Amino acid sequence: MRVTHFPSRAAGLADRMSGFVEHLRMNGLRVGPKETGDALVALSAVKATDAERARQALCAVLTGDAEEWRRFDELFDAYWFNAGKQRAGVAQNAHVRVQSAKPMIWQSQDQGTGTSQSDTGNATTPDPGDGAAEGMDGKLIATRTANLSRRDLRELMDEEALKQAETAALALARAMRDRRSRRRKKALRGPALDMRRIQRASLARGGEPLDLYRRARPPRPMRIVALCDVSGSMTVYSRVFLAFLKGLIGSGTEADAYLFHTRLMRVTDALRDHDTLRAAGRLSLMAKGFGGGTDISGSLDRFLSGYGARALNGRTVVLILSDGYCSSNPQALGDVLARIKRKARRIVWLNPLKGWKEYQPIAAAMRAAEPYLDAHLPANTLDALAALEPQFRQL
Amino acid sequence: MTLKDVQNELAAQGYVADDRLSMALHLAQTLGRPLLLEGPAGVGKTEVAKAMAGWMDTRLIRLQCYEGLDASHAIYEWNYQRQLLAIRASEARGGADEAQLFSDEYLLKRPLLEAISEEKPPVLLIDEIDRADEEFEAYLLEILSDFQITIPELGTVKAQVRPIVILTANGTRDLSDALRRRCLYSFLDYPSKETEMAILRARMPEVEGVLARQIIGVVQALRSEDLEKTPGIAEMLDWAAALSGLGVNDLAKSRDEVQSTLVCLLKTAADYDAAPPEVMDRLIGKVA
Repeated sequence: MRVTHFPSRAAGLADRMSGFVEHLRMNGLRVGPKETGDALVALSAVKATDAERARQALCAVLTGDAEEWRRFDELFDAYWFNAGKQRAGVAQNAHVRVQSAKPMIWQSQDQGTGTSQSDTGNATTPDPGDGAAEGMDGKLIATRTANLSRRDLRELMDEEALKQAETAALALARAMRDRRSRRRKKALRGPALDMRRIQRASLARGGEPLDLYRRARPPRPMRIVALCDVSGSMTVYSRVFLAFLKGLIGSGTEADAYLFHTRLMRVTDALRDHDTLRAAGRLSLMAKGFGGGTDISGSLDRFLSGYGARALNGRTVVLILSDGYCSSNPQALGDVLARIKRKARRIVWLNPLKGWKEYQPIAAAMRAAEPYLDAHLPANTLDALAALEPQFRQL
Repeated sequence: MTLKDVQNELAAQGYVADDRLSMALHLAQTLGRPLLLEGPAGVGKTEVAKAMAGWMDTRLIRLQCYEGLDASHAIYEWNYQRQLLAIRASEARGGADEAQLFSDEYLLKRPLLEAISEEKPPVLLIDEIDRADEEFEAYLLEILSDFQITIPELGTVKAQVRPIVILTANGTRDLSDALRRRCLYSFLDYPSKETEMAILRARMPEVEGVLARQIIGVVQALRSEDLEKTPGIAEMLDWAAALSGLGVNDLAKSRDEVQSTLVCLLKTAADYDAAPPEVMDRLIGKVA
């Protein structure tokens, strides 16, 4: 039986809870001391010895959006059930984990034996001496894994390339930003006076129009959704593209970034992280399987049925960064692009291979995709990306 | 009050809540914190508030958010016309008493102020908060954390009893961290087969076993099709009502009725085209 080994100084529930909150914070949730207090209060309001109840209660208190809400179970298991430790091992078997990773504190509930008193006593016993060597809790393990896989990506994104990519992305984003709306809406500063509002406000001043309200045409920024291929065949270019994505996210436009190989993940938040090191760490964790095969149509399909509903609208430009070498059925790629095209304004495919001389889209997938693309542009280096600006202006 | 009570009481109102949601509601009540509900359209976010109000037997105060909603429509406004009239009248009588002009009498209470000044804790539903502008979120912060509203002319109005506050959003834009931190959070997704069955049974006991199973099966299958507007629970209930109203007992035997009642489920022309009789045949064939 694996028991969660808490560091010897963890005196009681309060200490462990602050450890849990710290663990959540390191995994990117925005929680602080206030939430620790809230969590403890919430636990006192429910039957805290029941793991399921505690999980539900903490979930309601500590999460803030849909993504965190979905990740919470995993993080909860990692901390309280030592699953983080298990995961750090080589082969992770869900079944084994369930069998072995039940903690003492909630064991009696799960197995139905009524010895909760002694069990609780057991689990609270501080880990004697070798706690640090054992790797104490899930949190530490999680950082260590991050540390290992973090390095390669950090090297990918060196300072210079990042800066260049940022300028390139900024220029591109600017090129397709801002079609202004025709409609005038109320604004703090604006060229036109809002007569209706002024009249209404003048009632308060006995009919004198003292408060002047204004109207302006609000900007209607183009949204950018970038889907970047990080499969094996793209490894050479991923350095450029990741930097480009980071620049795009940081460009101040509404941008959304996803990575895919055989799976799809949203990396917008990870890229937006001000702490570059942590951002790289989060990215590395997400890009597990980085450099494997590709399933473009499957990934796009998952994007469309999941994030797509929210991410796409009539003002969205979809950027796909991929070489088009794909293991799935080319027809399927055509279909899914057709569906994306219905929901988005433009689809642009940035293809690193297209920078080659005498490139022909011979890959079957690329041929199936071509009819649905508004533009199929070369992008193998940062310079090539920067040179795209005039084309983007026309989109 | 325990978690089971919450579930049972909501069930008595005809609302089937899963464990997570009832836990969130339970905590919202015991901790006196607002609850933010997110999820796709049509999964019963707004209904939660109605069911809560029904259970507590109290008023449901609803603030529907929209772009351009401002404080004077959501919190309070001075009744300028009456104030002006009062000034004129007191001038005619000689000697105006301006202190009275800014009193409760001339205050138009909008939903948020109303919710705070109720005697019995009402349920305050702030619907589709993500439609309101970001500035409006800032107004909400004071109300949601301290349950008080500051009116410069009158002072601070503090809630006598904390209302139960439920905010809903479905992701038109990202909400600010400040707002999220003040709320408990729960995400509602489309219900599982069993839950949806329970909902149908609670809402329309007259729909019988076979038909109910078929309806749920078809709706669940439709959700996994590629549609622009995925049918929610409300649509499912509409459809069930339409079918039972037409006296249908078996979907496979009344294909015409099925096709003509699809308007209850599919709300855009493209979706309607995406579900021709052949597709419906396939879906019904699967569940039958």
